[in-house]
Amino acid sequence: MSKATNGCWVEIETQVLSSSERAPQIPLDTKKTPLLMWTRGFLVEDEAELDMMVTIETLCERKVQGKLVEINPRYDHDYGETVMALLETGVRIRKDLGGIK
Amino acid sequence: MKSMSYEAVMSRKNEIMKTAVGIDYSKFEFGKIGFDYEGMMANVAYSMEEMEEIQRRTKVGKTPLFELYNINKLIKKYAEVGKGARIFIKDEAANASGSFKARRAAISVYHAKKKGYKGVIAATSGNYGAAVASQAAQLGLKCIIVQEMYDSRKIGQPEIVEKARKCEAFGAEVIRLTVGPELFYTFLKIIEETGYFNASLYTPFGIAGVETLGYEIAEQMLVLEGRYPDVVVATHAGGGNLTGTARGLIKAGATSCKIVGASVDLKGLHMASDKDFNRKSFTTGHTGFGIPFATQPDRADVPRNAARVLRYMDQYITVTQGDVFFATEALAQMEGIERGPAGNISLAAAIGLAKTLDKDQIIVVQETEYTGAGKHPSPQLTFAKQNGILVKRGLPAENIPGETVVIPEHLGQIEPTILDLNSLKKRYLQNALKDYAYNDLSSEDQNYLADEVKLSIDEVKSLIQK
Repeated sequence: MSKATNGCWVEIETQVLSSSERAPQIPLDTKKTPLLMWTRGFLVEDEAELDMMVTIETLCERKVQGKLVEINPRYDHDYGETVMALLETGVRIRKDLGGIK
Repeated sequence: MKSMSYEAVMSRKNEIMKTAVGIDYSKFEFGKIGFDYEGMMANVAYSMEEMEEIQRRTKVGKTPLFELYNINKLIKKYAEVGKGARIFIKDEAANASGSFKARRAAISVYHAKKKGYKGVIAATSGNYGAAVASQAAQLGLKCIIVQEMYDSRKIGQPEIVEKARKCEAFGAEVIRLTVGPELFYTFLKIIEETGYFNASLYTPFGIAGVETLGYEIAEQMLVLEGRYPDVVVATHAGGGNLTGTARGLIKAGATSCKIVGASVDLKGLHMASDKDFNRKSFTTGHTGFGIPFATQPDRADVPRNAARVLRYMDQYITVTQGDVFFATEALAQMEGIERGPAGNISLAAAIGLAKTLDKDQIIVVQETEYTGAGKHPSPQLTFAKQNGILVKRGLPAENIPGETVVIPEHLGQIEPTILDLNSLKKRYLQNALKDYAYNDLSSEDQNYLADEVKLSIDEVKSLIQK
């Protein structure tokens, strides 16, 4: 979906600091990048497309502006892939315990 | 109109914080560097009875204390004859939001409500966010959590992504930021904009809330074993967990109980580095917080941090990332309880420690945390591999933060590293004495410094001269 309508749950991106505005004490690799912020909320405009500047109303009823980057953002974290080292650890632990008289 | 530039907002830090925390810290300050820590804790926070009641109403506290029979059996297999202390674990995952942080949040959010704030705000990528959100939901307050979440590619640790989800599940607004200490700037701007209470981890409320944890451990051990534990191991990052627990134990009368701090060793990784951010498998409970917060506690988001570990810590040990994944697996495979890795740092430390202590000794591991998608060994190690980290079984010494995660082959290989506490105390003193010569301090100030590092005046003097 590339179009959101009024009241849609969306995520916007806002630049907080450009790379040249970043604090002096931070490491160089971080300094090369801007400080970015993402906020989620309900779209205020009647209609908007991805990459457009929009306004949202957050769960705390704040109005925040930024670039529309996601419509109906989902949580995509999961339980990962098979990790052989973990499986082997489990097997070894149980064997070890089973071996105790 | 007020300027919202980085410099302008940062220069208003003190006045913004004063309004957002409602504590006049200057009332407790004296001499050149001293401040009346106990006076602040007694005057600002709540009594044990009040806190127990506040927490009871919001589904916090009175968590079970379990003996880990199978882990204890295996420890004896790898210990010398006569050694192998018994480990008990306080199942803090049973609190409303799934971690001990609910204790801190309960008192902070209660106080915010009582003082008439409309909402609460906290800057945290840890379990504290969900804890504040859960408490705010119960007391009908608005809640904003500011998280350092992504690197510049917008890739985040699965554990942090999960913690953001949990905050949103409790109706909180989550502000997601890229890496960098300027998070504090965004935090201050939103406090100014909303007028919400800063539910900082480091206020007297946030620390006193953990006292009930230490208090409960003492009470429960009396019932179970007829005596207080010999050792309590607490994960140390910002210092609140260890400080609050130790204070609670002391208040219950368990004054001879040894307090051990434990952190994951992340030596060599820079906490504010965009590149290093996703090369660690632990986002808290590590030395990147533990050492600076021990030696410079007032680097927190309030003028005087109520978490001051060197006042309480008797020993400070580190474990590897691999040790903690082993402990997490041991808890699931032998004890039948699945808990989040970050909550098992102190368990890993306790396993190593138990092998060296007499078999009649009792160690209490004072926390566990919830687990779930993202916040679990397999997604965290999958993520590590995706970020170029070598994950394997082997000797703990092969762990290199940011390069390898090596899970011990068996329990006998877990050997925590004991840090030199006196060198940390010396660093604390050097930081405290940056602008003053020790001999120019009044006796009141000198007493304050001695309390700060749990040493006598003479011991402080000899440490400074070394």
